[in-house]
Amino acid sequence: MSDMRYLPRAALSGLIDAIRDAGYRVIGPREETGQGGLVYREIDGVEDLPQGLHDRQEPGSYRLEKTGSPRYFAWANTASAIKPFVYAPREKLWRVVHKEGRIHFEPVERDAAKTAILGVRACDLAALELQDAHFLRGKFVDPYYKARREKLLLVAVNCSHAAATCFCASTGDGPEVSTGYDILLDELEDGYLLRVGSTRGAMIVADLPLQAATQGHLEAALAQSEACRAQQRVLPGEKDLARLGEQLESARWTKVAERCLSCGNCTAVCPTCFCHRELEVPALDGKSSEHWRDADSCFSEDHSYIVGEVVRHGTRERYRQWMTHKLFNWVPQYGRIGCTGCGRCTTWCPVGIDFVAEANIVLGLAEAPEPELPHVDGSEAAQ
Amino acid sequence: MKTDNAYLPWEAEIVDTIQETPDIFTWKLRFTDREVARNYSFKHGQFNMLYLYGVGEVAISVMSNDGECIYHTIRAVGRITKAMMKLPIGAHIGVRGPFGSAWPLDEARGKDVVFVTAGLGCAPVTSSIKYVVANRAAYGRLVIMQSVRHRNEGLWEPQYDEWRTLPDTQVLLTASRDKTRWPHWSLGRVSVLLDEAQYDKQNCVVMMCGPDAMMADTARTLVELGVPAESLFVSLERNMQCAVGHCGHCQLGGKFVCKDGPIFVWPQVAELMRVKGY
Ligand SMILES: Cc1cc2nc3c(=O)[nH]c(=O)nc-3n(C[C@H](O)[C@H](O)[C@H](O)COP(=O)(O)OP(=O)(O)OC[C@H]3O[C@@H](n4cnc5c(N)ncnc54)[C@H](O)[C@@H]3O)c2cc1C
Ligand code: SF4
Ligand code: SF4
Ligand code: FES
Repeated sequence: MSDMRYLPRAALSGLIDAIRDAGYRVIGPREETGQGGLVYREIDGVEDLPQGLHDRQEPGSYRLEKTGSPRYFAWANTASAIKPFVYAPREKLWRVVHKEGRIHFEPVERDAAKTAILGVRACDLAALELQDAHFLRGKFVDPYYKARREKLLLVAVNCSHAAATCFCASTGDGPEVSTGYDILLDELEDGYLLRVGSTRGAMIVADLPLQAATQGHLEAALAQSEACRAQQRVLPGEKDLARLGEQLESARWTKVAERCLSCGNCTAVCPTCFCHRELEVPALDGKSSEHWRDADSCFSEDHSYIVGEVVRHGTRERYRQWMTHKLFNWVPQYGRIGCTGCGRCTTWCPVGIDFVAEANIVLGLAEAPEPELPHVDGSEAAQ
Repeated sequence: MKTDNAYLPWEAEIVDTIQETPDIFTWKLRFTDREVARNYSFKHGQFNMLYLYGVGEVAISVMSNDGECIYHTIRAVGRITKAMMKLPIGAHIGVRGPFGSAWPLDEARGKDVVFVTAGLGCAPVTSSIKYVVANRAAYGRLVIMQSVRHRNEGLWEPQYDEWRTLPDTQVLLTASRDKTRWPHWSLGRVSVLLDEAQYDKQNCVVMMCGPDAMMADTARTLVELGVPAESLFVSLERNMQCAVGHCGHCQLGGKFVCKDGPIFVWPQVAELMRVKGY
């Protein structure tokens, strides 16, 4: 227990200051009007954190409620993941200058700002690990991702409750954070159980008024994590998911496609999705041009366009791509499934398609609910 | 390929343009940086990303490399390729590569080589046909099968006529939608040619390029005819944005066509290609 320390709640602002003193900008969860939930944004101090806010998530819905609790981290997860701080949704790759018939390629400056993220959840940390595998450990290293990744300081906070949409316990990625953090907190009634996971983390907490953690603190933290483990949704296990490849012609894909709007919200909020398109932004004077990349989704029409055809031509094909990539094809690519159980795709689906329920139905592990849609007859619709 | 940033192209000059047909042209390109030219080497089947200033990039197979210049044969089909065809000699473009896997031309030595192509996307095999032609003695029989919809579709016919005159070589052409039969031409799909082709089924390498459905059908037929599945190779086309395995556009199941392909040995993709729209 020697590695466990205790930080009183009043000293949390000291932690934020220490991080800032070490040269980091601090990103934390905050309520953003217009975003419909919590998002990670730059914070000035504890006053920007969502104290006393609790999230209620269901398929197709996310609501924040005031509880009056002094806690800052009594929510399950944010609307957007930490992904945008590492893999930017929009990024300039290079610039090219046209001069006297020649073209000169100029790489962009890649010195990312030192960035600390406070409040990172187990699911998002696991997703970061998956993105590292994709962008850093493949045949080619992505220098843009790498520049930001190296400047990242991660202050994780274990969940104190799970949302109805969470299922990290069944993907094995949560509820507790196990690796990948610099500093790890468990939020308790009056303060934080604190663990350090790296030398950088140790240096930051060195001058904080840390106390010895007691058996009571430890037990309270364990009880919280244990409570989070009881989750409503359970993803099929590895053996069952390995059968998804036999279900590519399942009739269920057509059923899902009747509800799916092909909007791509799920891929936009998913912390592991990596797809992007490249695009060109020529300067108006014609003398230079910029080459960018923009986040893209396998639900978009041109994602699979080749001259003369769109390979995944309909919603059935696109939903099948999304689910089988996450839960099946990721395994040969990166050695595990591409889902960490954050539940965002279900929460942020405008028609409330339940990812876990669909996986169970496609695999024949659950019955499709009937009727699928509330029946609207012609006379009502006409009113 | 550059190790620190595989996204950044090199500058190259269009030294020459050969208009092969009204919509097919071959570019002779020279890297401005001689160091780049010296270090550049490719294997047949690999591709480059060619960049048109202010417009964007396209994936194009490498036709050849004479040590000083590289060659690409391009069909003008859309926004970027049509604009590329209009570039004058002396203009500059961007090039990065080579990317992807290669045809098994070394493994095929001493064996009969069979090429099956359909539609107009035959560029990825043309470079290897030329390689086999240039090293004719190292290979057994050479069979080239090509199908198009209409004979007048702008196929690059003179080169087929030239290949036809080589020893131990068969060139079989078919037009699937034509009514009139021309000399050297059959009517119907590629499948009508498979009966006429003469090669050693147990000792051959088959290289295919064209629409997925054609390759899947042909592969199935060839396996039924007794060609081992491990002797069949296909070149796949998928939307490509990055060519380095990051953008996700080229995925086919668990494969990234840009880095695991574009050349696959048939058993790697047989299951996946059976599924329509995957
Ligand atoms: C591995 C590989 C090798 C190829 N080799 C050759 C070759 O040697 N010669 C040749 O003429 N063509 C080749 N192609 C096809 C060529 O890439 C497309 O014809 C070209 O991208 C069309 O671009 P466009 O802007 O003119 O057409 P548009 O129809 O305007 O296409 C718009 C965009 O969609 C994407 N796209 C469209 N079709 C394809 C496609 N088939 N493959 C990948 N991306 C596509 C591109 O980003 C393109 O810019 C190859 C494709 C691949 C994947
Ligand atoms: S697939 Fe859904 S639940 Fe899984 S990581 Fe992505 S958004 Fe979260
Ligand atoms: S293919 Fe679809 S599911 Fe897979 S990473 Fe890309 S957007 Fe996400
Ligand atoms: S072309 Fe981008 S991943 Fe293959």
